[in-house]
This record gives sequence, structure tokens and C-alpha cells, in this order.
Amino acid sequence: MESSAIVAHIIEQHRVRPGALLPMLHAMQDALGCIPPEAVPPIAQALNLSRAEVHGVISYYAHFRQTPPGRHVVRVCCAEACQAVGGEALAEHARERLAGSGITLEPVYCLGLCACGPSVQVDETTLHARVTLEKLDALIAALESAS
Amino acid sequence: MRTTIFVPGDAAALALGADAVATAISEEAARRGIAIKLVRNGSRGMVWLEPLVEVATPRGRIAYGPVAPAEVPGLFAAGFLTGGVHALCLGPTEEIPWLARQQRLVCRRVGVVDPRSLADYVARGGGEGLRRARAMAPAEIVRAVTESGLRGRGGAAFPAGIKWQTVRATAAPQKYVVCNADEGDSGTFSDRMLMEGDPYCLLEGMAIAGLAVGAAQGYIYVRSEYPHAVAALEAALAGAGDFLGNFTIEVRVGAGSYVCGEETALLESIEGKRGIVRAKPPLPAVAGLFGQPTLINNLITFASVPDILAQGAAAYRDLGCGRSRGTLPFQLAGNIKHGGLVEVPFGLSLRELLYDFGGGSRSGRPLRAVQVGGPLGAYLPEAQFDTLLDYEAFAAIGAGLGHGGIVAFDDTVDLAGQARYAMKFCAIESCGKCTPCRIGSTRGVEVIDRIRAGDGRQIALLEELCETMTQGSLCAMGSMTPIPVLSALRHFAEDFGGKCE
Repeated sequence: MESSAIVAHIIEQHRVRPGALLPMLHAMQDALGCIPPEAVPPIAQALNLSRAEVHGVISYYAHFRQTPPGRHVVRVCCAEACQAVGGEALAEHARERLAGSGITLEPVYCLGLCACGPSVQVDETTLHARVTLEKLDALIAALESAS
Repeated sequence: MRTTIFVPGDAAALALGADAVATAISEEAARRGIAIKLVRNGSRGMVWLEPLVEVATPRGRIAYGPVAPAEVPGLFAAGFLTGGVHALCLGPTEEIPWLARQQRLVCRRVGVVDPRSLADYVARGGGEGLRRARAMAPAEIVRAVTESGLRGRGGAAFPAGIKWQTVRATAAPQKYVVCNADEGDSGTFSDRMLMEGDPYCLLEGMAIAGLAVGAAQGYIYVRSEYPHAVAALEAALAGAGDFLGNFTIEVRVGAGSYVCGEETALLESIEGKRGIVRAKPPLPAVAGLFGQPTLINNLITFASVPDILAQGAAAYRDLGCGRSRGTLPFQLAGNIKHGGLVEVPFGLSLRELLYDFGGGSRSGRPLRAVQVGGPLGAYLPEAQFDTLLDYEAFAAIGAGLGHGGIVAFDDTVDLAGQARYAMKFCAIESCGKCTPCRIGSTRGVEVIDRIRAGDGRQIALLEELCETMTQGSLCAMGSMTPIPVLSALRHFAEDFGGKCE
């Protein structure tokens, strides 16, 4: 299916729900990897909102992105419980290691894995705990060789 | 008769390799031609022992952990299916001292029950609270909640019964029950564990709330950082059949905004808007979701209710100390040796939790500071470790229990750096509606940077800025960010360049 058809299909699926915008945006990002700019006008029309209102919601929430991410998304927890066990050094190491790699690095503020930090999430599905610098290197190497 | 083996599907266990262990167990059993039943339970909360594998035996469940996939053939060889002796054997799970010393009420089934099985939930006493509630008048349900002494577990500790009564007494054709599962505080994971380990308990609590306040529609707002919890709730709802009667529940997923854990921002977010805090009044209990009376509580508050109705309000109220009744699932996190979920009645000391349960730091160095209650909670020095875990005792030292998250730091921590982070986090997550929070947090980072660079005169400015944020912010984000900042400054002045005199 073309992306405009996917957008139209998702809008139809969700438009009648009360408070439909966030579920709609989630479905779109799950299907397309991001919420493309051309999806904004039809969403606004379906929900009787202005394009500015839709854009405001997309840009307010850290989770939503308007451009496609890299081949993979690596999220490193930067919150206090992970800081207490070396999370900052891990995040800094990830920044250096992933620069120019085509893999997207994002900070995340708590994954709820606070008794086994520092923690890392890959592609919103895979979780890793007690991540050392070496373990992170191995994780990234595996992502690079797989893609 | 097939032996039942439990391998947690809890996110923390998964992060520590539980899926690979489950696969290894299935394969080894198949190789040996043994039929087993593999259950993906929640976590018992002993995170340092994850993946914790349990085997059902006539002596009860026997625990082995932490199990690596490579150790699975050895476990079979040692006869672990009948509770055989092995280096990883921890004995009967219920007798592990860390667990045996707890008093689990709200989390009694977490890690025990099969979270995907309503039948298992009911077989372990689930559903009794809802069954009783159906035979009670709404006012009687509210009275039971009031008499239990239950207070909101999200952090504000507002008496639950009063909130329930306000919603009940507000007449409207449409009312809502909303569960706040936007557990964004670092160091907290009890909501996540309950959703993943015993989701029917939450659904039951919300259905009881619906009966009490006259609402037929519920929403659970879960943060997007918890995809496994979302999946567990969806699976539980799909398998709920007619368990909830005519009460319907929908899961709504957040989108990475911390401030959406504030109740009015959360309601805005469900409505499909930016998560901007609303001015109060009106209270959500009067005009909440879509402008209708809305009962919004934290997940642990709702999940506490089935037990209160099943066991009676008095049994709950008899636990705890002072005006803090019942139990709180504390979460030991950060640099701690034995981290995890500790549900105990209020009244233990912080020190008991840190050392008797936590076993001190994970690094082996002395514990220097503890942040209690999330990013908006105070940093406490060793001298305050004897404070009792009780809402009022913590308020008396300018701190709070919040959602029960406890983050430990060893002596390598730089509290000026932590104070800076508190301001930076506020700057990142501020919804932007009120000036003290939006601008004050950014100025706070700058002022702390100047202090750390050696300009001690800026201390007074930081204190004034904090006063403005405390007094002038619309919600807890801006008004409580000064708590970690000022507690760090007060108790760890030496980290601010020794210029705090």
C-alpha cells in the first residue's frame, strides 16, 4: 500500500473515537516509521482541527517524529536511577559510537528498569539491562552487521 | 502430569535475558522428551535474581536464579523439575527471606499468577472484591474505601475516599474512570510490574470504581516507554469476557511526555491535545475528561481496592502508621545491591529498606545520597536514613514518598550535578504553560553552572529562583523541581564548590 493509502486507512479506522488524535498518530508512526508532513492536512480535516493544532500535538510529544529514523533506534536511559550506575558515561559513549552510523540515538527518561540499570531499548521492542560500554559496543556491532 | 515451569515475561526479566532462558528450557525439555508447561509469569520483584525460574513441585514453587541459557542443561541434569539441588537453587520461593519479610497486598499475585489467564486470577482469589461490590450500594463502596484510609499512590497522597465521594456526588449523564499509568518517575516500576504481572487486578479495581461513582467507561493511560505493559493490558482485556460486566476499558498510550503524569495534562492528552496542564479548579472530579466528572487515580490506588473490599477496610487500615495506612510497594533502584519491589506496611525506616532489603550499594562503596519519590523528590543524606517511611514523617523533613521510588547513589555522586539535572529535566519536560517552570528551569541550569564554575554569590540567586518556582508554578513539575535542587544544596553543600556559606 502507498503511504497516502495507509494514512487514509488509519484515519478511517480511528476518526470516530473520542480523542482520536493520539491513537491515530501512534498507528501512523507504527506503520510508516514517522508521521509524514503530507499526513497533516487529511488528519486535520478528518478531526475538524487546524493544521497548526495537529502540528502542535506532533511536535509537543517527544515520541512522535516527522522524519524517518535511521535503520535502528537505540534509546539510552538518561534518568537518575541509571545515572547512579554509570548511565551518563554510557550515553556519552553511545553518542560517540553512533555518530554517522545511520543508527538513531535518542535519550529516554526511564524505561522502568531502575533496579538493573543502565538500561537500553532497541527499536521499541528489545530491552537490555546492566549495559556496560563493552556490552553496548557488542549490541551496536550486532545491529550494524544485521542491517 | 506435566511439570509447570515459570519464566518471567516481565520487562526487567526480559532485559536480563528471560526469553533466551525460556527458549533454552523448551528446547532442552523437547530434547529429553519431557512434556512441560511453560508459564510466562510476572516478576517476583527480586531483580538481581532475574531471570528467576520457578518450578512447581509438591513442596511448592522452587526458585532458581539468576539463570543463564547455558545453565539450562545442567539444571535438567540436576533434576530441577522435581526441585533438585543445584548451585542456583534458592529453595522454596516464598521462603526467600527478602520476599518472606514483605507483606504483599496489592502485589500479592504479581509473579505468582499467569497474567494472561483470568481463570488463574480467579483461582487465586481474584474477583472477590468486584463480586462483593456488585452486592453493595455505591455509597457503601465509597465508605469502605474511605474507612480503609487509602490515599492516592501517585504521590500526592490525597485521601482516595474523598475523591471517590466527590465524583459519586456530582450528577452527570456521563462519567469516567481514568487510571494514571504514566509512571514517569525514575526509580519507579511498580505500576509496570503490576500491569505485566497481574493486569486483572487493575481491571477489577477500575470496575469497582465504576460501580462506586456511576461510570461505565474507563481509560488506562500508559506511557509509550512501556510497550510490554501495553501488550499485557491488551491481552488481559481481550481475555476478560464478561468479567467486567458492562464496564468497558480502553488503553491509551502516551507519547514520551513526563508532564502527562500530571492528572489534568493526562486528561488533555487522552482528549487528543498537547499535554498542557489545566488550571484548577475545576477539579477533574467535577469537570475532567471531555468536561465530565472523572475519577482519576494512580494505578496502585485502583489495584489496592479489590483487596480492601475482599478482606474488609479494617484489615487494610490496621496496617501502617500514623495517617499512612496500609502498604506501599516501594521500589529499590539505582546503585543498590538487591534492588526490586518491596511491599511493606508504612512505618519501616529508610535505613531498613536500604540495608536490610537493599543490602547497601551495588558498587560496594558507601551509600552517600538517596533520592526518594522520583525526579521531584528530595536528596537525603545518610543522617536522614532513619526517617520512617510515612507520608507525614517525610513531609516533616521537607521530602516526600511520592510513588515509592527510592534511588540510591554511592559516594561517587556529584550532588551539584544532580541538582543541575533536576533543573535540566524540568526544562526538557515543562509543558510551557506557566513562566516560573518554563523559564525558571533554564535559568536554573545556568545559575547552577555558574556556581559550579566557582561563583558562590549565585547561591542566593538560586534560592530566590527556587522560591519563585515553588510559589508561582501551576503544577508539581515547576513547584517541586526546587525540592531536589535545594535538598542537594542544603545537605551536600561541599559539592557546590564549598562556597555556600
